[in-house]
Amino acid sequence: MNLSMNGKTFVVMGVANKRSIAWGIAKSLHDAGANLIFTYAGERLEGSVRDLACSLNENYLVLPCDVTKDEDVAKCFAEIKETTGIIHGVAHCIAFANKEELQGDYTNVTRDGFLLAHNISSYSLTAVAKEAKDLMTEGGSIVTLTYLGGERVMENYNVMGVAKASLDASVRYLAADFGKHGIRVNSISAGPIRTLSAKGVSDFNVILRQIEEKAPLRRNTTPEEVGDTALFLFSDLSRGITGENIHVDSGYHIIG
Amino acid sequence: MADVLERVTKIIVDRLGVEESQVNLEASFKDDLGADSLDVVELVMELEDEFSMEISDDDAEKIGTVGDAVNYINGKM
Repeated sequence: MNLSMNGKTFVVMGVANKRSIAWGIAKSLHDAGANLIFTYAGERLEGSVRDLACSLNENYLVLPCDVTKDEDVAKCFAEIKETTGIIHGVAHCIAFANKEELQGDYTNVTRDGFLLAHNISSYSLTAVAKEAKDLMTEGGSIVTLTYLGGERVMENYNVMGVAKASLDASVRYLAADFGKHGIRVNSISAGPIRTLSAKGVSDFNVILRQIEEKAPLRRNTTPEEVGDTALFLFSDLSRGITGENIHVDSGYHIIG
Repeated sequence: MADVLERVTKIIVDRLGVEESQVNLEASFKDDLGADSLDVVELVMELEDEFSMEISDDDAEKIGTVGDAVNYINGKM
């Protein structure tokens, strides 16, 4: 029983740039010897993801995958099946909400904005899990990223918090469905990290300062810390864990 | 001043893939340097790191040109 990922393949979805939590996960998996496949949404991010993937290993596969389109997700995993055969896990690090709905009152949200946030941030996990399942013939592990804003009210997080609550429930139902196939499904609730996405939340710098002052470990969370916890969840060391959420947040979630 | 402009220019050239000659104090990130809204957020984060400072959302919104960025940084240093 060890953390070596030699001979195992993982799909990492949601790298945007070097600050991405998904990138922290990719680095941890790569360092443990895993083979990686990256997916990106939209041409805008392609160059950045290709450069990063190449910096680890120029043979890593980089594929487009727009999780709002079922046919796109199906095509992506069909291509993975063709080139790689089987996979051992998926890191789902995808979320989106309109920036103007991540400030002020939650109730300013629109029906379209609500559905958009849930579509990309919550349903996408289920859409991906359905396709990934058939490729995880040796068992597998799916890890997604959630946030405390799905459990409690965090200022400005608004509709994204509601979407994360939906994502958290999806983790439990997917875990129940997939357990019989030897596939585990868990989430990591990361403390706030200065990513491109996080900058969409109003006054994000203020949130970071609060963590430094109040969290038991008195510091902010790094993508590497999340990456190493993901590595644990992808490895056999966590073989008894499914449907679980692990807070990697310097302990902030216990503070009243 | 020159030093700040030099460091800002290097970040802009790296991030936006433009020529150094295109970067001058009057250049607008969106109109002249082809930055979209995500590029601007990335630039602001790079500037925060490079100059070890926090740029609030309100201040970031007022930075439209290279000169705005340089003046803002000089004012905070």
